[in-house]
Amino acid sequence: MARIIVVTSGKGGVGKTTTSASISTGLARRGHKTVVIDFDVGLRNLDLIMNCERRVVYDFVNVIQGDATLNQALIRDKRVESLYILPASQTREKEALTKDGVEAVINELSETFDYIVCDSPAGIEHGAQMALYYADEAIVVTNPEVSSVRDSDRILGILQSKSRRAEMGQDPVKEHLLLTRYDPIRVEKGEMLSVGDVEEILAIPLLGVIPESQVVLNASNQGTPVILEDESDAGQAYDDAVARLLGEEREHRFMTAQKKGFFARMFKG
Amino acid sequence: MSFLDYFRSKKTTSANVAKERLQIIVAHERGQRDQPDYLPQLQAELLAVIRKYVQIDDDMVQVEVDRNDSCSVLELNVTLPEHSHSH
Repeated sequence: MARIIVVTSGKGGVGKTTTSASISTGLARRGHKTVVIDFDVGLRNLDLIMNCERRVVYDFVNVIQGDATLNQALIRDKRVESLYILPASQTREKEALTKDGVEAVINELSETFDYIVCDSPAGIEHGAQMALYYADEAIVVTNPEVSSVRDSDRILGILQSKSRRAEMGQDPVKEHLLLTRYDPIRVEKGEMLSVGDVEEILAIPLLGVIPESQVVLNASNQGTPVILEDESDAGQAYDDAVARLLGEEREHRFMTAQKKGFFARMFKG
Repeated sequence: MSFLDYFRSKKTTSANVAKERLQIIVAHERGQRDQPDYLPQLQAELLAVIRKYVQIDDDMVQVEVDRNDSCSVLELNVTLPEHSHSH
């Protein structure tokens, strides 16, 4: 039985696809057979972030509608063994993702994979609800900014009422907070919500903090999941998050400003 | 607390404002999340009935359902304007 993890947020542009790419790469790199599914029908982008956009032949909707088999649609990652990508359709309507169709695909994947990572589209409509419906765990990607935090809280409400686990009265979906684009310097200046602030408002356990970093854009430019940038702070932060997801205890890093000026050092000792 | 923090704590930072605003709106939206679907309709119809007799604003009728273990309570709050008793 595979563990099904949805990467969701409500708000767009906070780093869901970046996170899906890095978390799935991290899981596979640790030897777990992992598939990452792009649920953003009509606006597929996971293929670009994972550098397999020219290898897409069949997609998720083709499989649901019986026009292709899973084996035909799955793209094998060229960098990390035991990592596969199931791309979204670029031409169909979002409604092509039916509950039964998604369930059939997930059940078939469950037979051979350890982890199924579902990259949700933005919003709280059909596509986002399909992405989270079958989840066992949810990574709620949040920026330290008012609209993102509010939308994260809304998506938490949907996880708690409209997921399969909620509807069946099973144990709830396990929720994780992943704070991205975090800038400790601005937090210290009082210009940005702190990790503690966001934790207090959303009241879910913290999986990790990804610092704002130029490396993220550089990595996506080249189609490299940022977790593979082992030297970078963002890459290491994602690796920590994957370790915690697997139950390892790791201290949180990159939450305080690294460079201290002369005066800051004088006054803070 | 460092020397600099002493001065910082004097002023309200924009992050503090953000946190307070979020706490209020999130608490409000969580309260509405668990409410039954018929509530907005019920609120609109109650408003219409009351307006036959007293002129009140939209936000002067509040309807909420409080669920306890054993029962649910429908709570209805109507605020009347000060000079509403006579025509």
